[in-house]
Amino acid sequence: MAREMTGAQMVVQALKDQGVDVVFGYPGGAVLPIYDEIFQQNDIRHILVRHEQAAVHMAEGYARSTGKVGVVIVTSGPGATNAVTGLTDALMDSIPVLVLSGQVPTFMIGSDGFQEADTVGITRPCTKENWLVRDTDQLAPTIHEAFHVATTGRPGPVLIDIPKDVQFATGLYQEREAHRSSYSRPTAPDPDAIEALVDLIEQAERPVFYTGGGIINSGPEASAALRDLVQATNFPVTSSLLGLGAYPASDRHWLGMLGMHGLYEANMAMHDCDLMINIGARFDDRITGRIDAFSPGSRKVHVDIDPSSINKVIHVDIGIIADAGLALKAIMAAWTRRGRRTKAEAVVAWWRQIDEWRAVNCLAYRQSTTTIKPQYALQRLEALTKDRDRYITTEVGQHQMWAAQFLHFEEPNRLMTSGGLGTMGYGFPSSIGVQIAHPDALVINIAGEASFLMNMQELGTVSQFHLPVKQFILNNERLGMVRQWQELLHGSRYSQSWSEALPDFVMLAETFGLKGIRCSDPAELDDAIMEMLDHPGGVVFDCLVERHENCFPMIPSGKPHNEMLLGDASTEGAIKADGAVMV
Amino acid sequence: MSALNIKQGSTSHSAYNLRASYTETSERHTLAVIVVNAPGVLARVIGLFAGRGYNIESLTVAEIDHAGHRSRITIVTSGTPQVIEQIKAQLGRIVAVHEVHDLTVEGRAVERELGLFKVEGTGEQRIESLRLAEIFRARVVDSTLNSFIYEMTGTPDKLDAFAELMRPLGLSNIARTGVAALLRGPGAASK
Ligand SMILES: Cc1cc2nc3c(=O)[nH]c(=O)nc-3n(C[C@H](O)[C@H](O)[C@H](O)COP(=O)(O)OP(=O)(O)OC[C@H]3O[C@@H](n4cnc5c(N)ncnc54)[C@H](O)[C@@H]3O)c2cc1C
Ligand SMILES: Cc1ncc(C[n+]2csc(CCOP(=O)(O)OP(=O)(O)O)c2C)c(N)n1
Repeated sequence: MAREMTGAQMVVQALKDQGVDVVFGYPGGAVLPIYDEIFQQNDIRHILVRHEQAAVHMAEGYARSTGKVGVVIVTSGPGATNAVTGLTDALMDSIPVLVLSGQVPTFMIGSDGFQEADTVGITRPCTKENWLVRDTDQLAPTIHEAFHVATTGRPGPVLIDIPKDVQFATGLYQEREAHRSSYSRPTAPDPDAIEALVDLIEQAERPVFYTGGGIINSGPEASAALRDLVQATNFPVTSSLLGLGAYPASDRHWLGMLGMHGLYEANMAMHDCDLMINIGARFDDRITGRIDAFSPGSRKVHVDIDPSSINKVIHVDIGIIADAGLALKAIMAAWTRRGRRTKAEAVVAWWRQIDEWRAVNCLAYRQSTTTIKPQYALQRLEALTKDRDRYITTEVGQHQMWAAQFLHFEEPNRLMTSGGLGTMGYGFPSSIGVQIAHPDALVINIAGEASFLMNMQELGTVSQFHLPVKQFILNNERLGMVRQWQELLHGSRYSQSWSEALPDFVMLAETFGLKGIRCSDPAELDDAIMEMLDHPGGVVFDCLVERHENCFPMIPSGKPHNEMLLGDASTEGAIKADGAVMV
Repeated sequence: MSALNIKQGSTSHSAYNLRASYTETSERHTLAVIVVNAPGVLARVIGLFAGRGYNIESLTVAEIDHAGHRSRITIVTSGTPQVIEQIKAQLGRIVAVHEVHDLTVEGRAVERELGLFKVEGTGEQRIESLRLAEIFRARVVDSTLNSFIYEMTGTPDKLDAFAELMRPLGLSNIARTGVAALLRGPGAASK
């Protein structure tokens, strides 16, 4: 039974039917009819942002921490173009986000009308799919399809461009239940491939699980299945940045993050293993280092829901196109049916080798009694917050890597970070989205001062919605990660990597009605962190840290895993010019 | 195991050897891509090639099923076997793409292209071009006292050869459609 309503009413109705309870947005001429409908209802909460880029990052944080689709509303022209960075970020990290953009009326499209932009053209390369809706009758089916596409197969961002006349016109609303989509992607693993993998599991002497964001995309069941399989096989497990939390960091099978700034034991295990089982990770260049020297002696298996991820970067022996959770359960079932065999003694010997690598203690750093070391700040933050219901977001830079090294994640969906695009300015708005989704949880954004400045206008949003979100800024007064590369690769010529003319972050917080805390003395750090945690509202914590600390371990671009730099002493002349062309 | 899992040349077990067993020589492949006939779909396909740096040697598109809203895009591309695999997988990711067929590996395909060739000249040259056109089974579709337009259908190679011969005889303009291709023999309608 179709109901007649306006396009704007359909937008709100379809969002409700899809279970949306919050949208992040910013109004403008081309979306006024939709805003008028938002005004006249109470089911969907609208979070008014201060910049559309931030709205998309909020939706990403919301989506990543809940597993639901994050929804954004922006106006035409500049509203839509401001959303592009967020869309690209979500595409790279496989985050389901829906952006609804206003557009000039259909009869004006192509006339360079006021605030007209070719939004579907601009966003085509940064969305999984996008649509321009020219007919009000098509609006509801398109919104239902958008939710389906965003969450089916490999998740990703989608956009619907809605001309203003389509919002005003009336049409027939299509119910969610009536929607039929032709888009589907296979998710069940090929049983033969699973058997072949079990053969390898039974024979492996030096196995390792390399897991990634795909496990988190797959949902909590996939993380649970991973735990079962790792514990039953006694195989070691490492993960990409985006997969952190899928396996509990407190378990002894956990090797820590791998990759450019990953742990020594994780990277050495990847390099020397004889069986690599990649589940839901995409062999990113932060992981592989020099391709032709990547784990030279191993057989490689790759489980991924997206066929294009398989053999894109690294050729594998077995490619399994499947959902991570279904594949993990199928592996467990087949392996169990065949008697749960492994080369247990060899694996124990492998663990002895791994323990030797662990003994290197690669995260060691020189402690100071006068300045706060960024690593120390995070160790203290970890100690003081680990037992709480805690969500972490990060900005991009050294602090992000230290967060990945020094904070421990026990559950999936607890770390929100911009991995693929590396978007400075992601973490603050993302933390707002997380806090909206989890009002009673402790949400902390680990920030660098430069990244924080990129979306600091959102202090207004924090203030308006009384969000208790904490900004923990590791302030080194430098574009730290850039400075580190300049030190190691460009003869310490620090071109433009000073954060000049910084604001007083305490006063900045206060002008928005928030609490500001500054700390520069390691002896006072614990008390200051407790003050932040005890404060019921939003806090900006300006933690003044060692300015020229470098983030180690580090695999220089273009180097194999077993040539890691472990500390300042090992960096002399280690990076050759041919590596410098890599990013 | 599905065809996607078994990679050409993946005979050994390390990244080193696997790389070596993939040839680095460029191959030419003809792909048939069945897509939803909707605005923006062609742009997405072309954008994929441009954005990821793949070659397009020729591309044709037309609706093949009006009621079912389906179009067929025929793309002739070239790349190493690994790149060709990626191109197919990337095309398969596009939401509006229903099917991707590699006609070069799925069987023997008939490939045809239509070309229009304007040849200007008088006297002996004009007669010579007409004689050659006959050998190539090109048809005259327009004639004036000092020009012909020939229409010819054939493989891209044949069209190339014809153009080469016409060049010294006053070839002034060429329009080519790009390749349309179908697998030989009975089989799925979409191939
Ligand atoms: C400054 C900086 C430094 C960095 N350093 C490091 C580093 O040292 N180490 C590191 O690991 N990363 C690092 N990164 C992040 C890195 O750039 C990549 O973003 C990250 O490694 C990719 O993680 P992933 O492989 O898990 O892939 P994701 O981007 O999370 O991709 C997920 C994969 O899983 C697949 N997938 C999705 N859903 C499913 C499903 N349901 N089932 C199965 N498969 C699925 C997808 O198709 C995709 O192939 C850094 C980033 C920055 C900004
Ligand atoms: C939008 C954007 N611009 C530029 C960069 C390049 N970049 C990567 S890290 C970095 C410095 C980050 O500085 P800060 O936020 O202070 O963090 P730190 O590295 O000092 O911890 C820059 C400029 C980026 N990742 N994103």
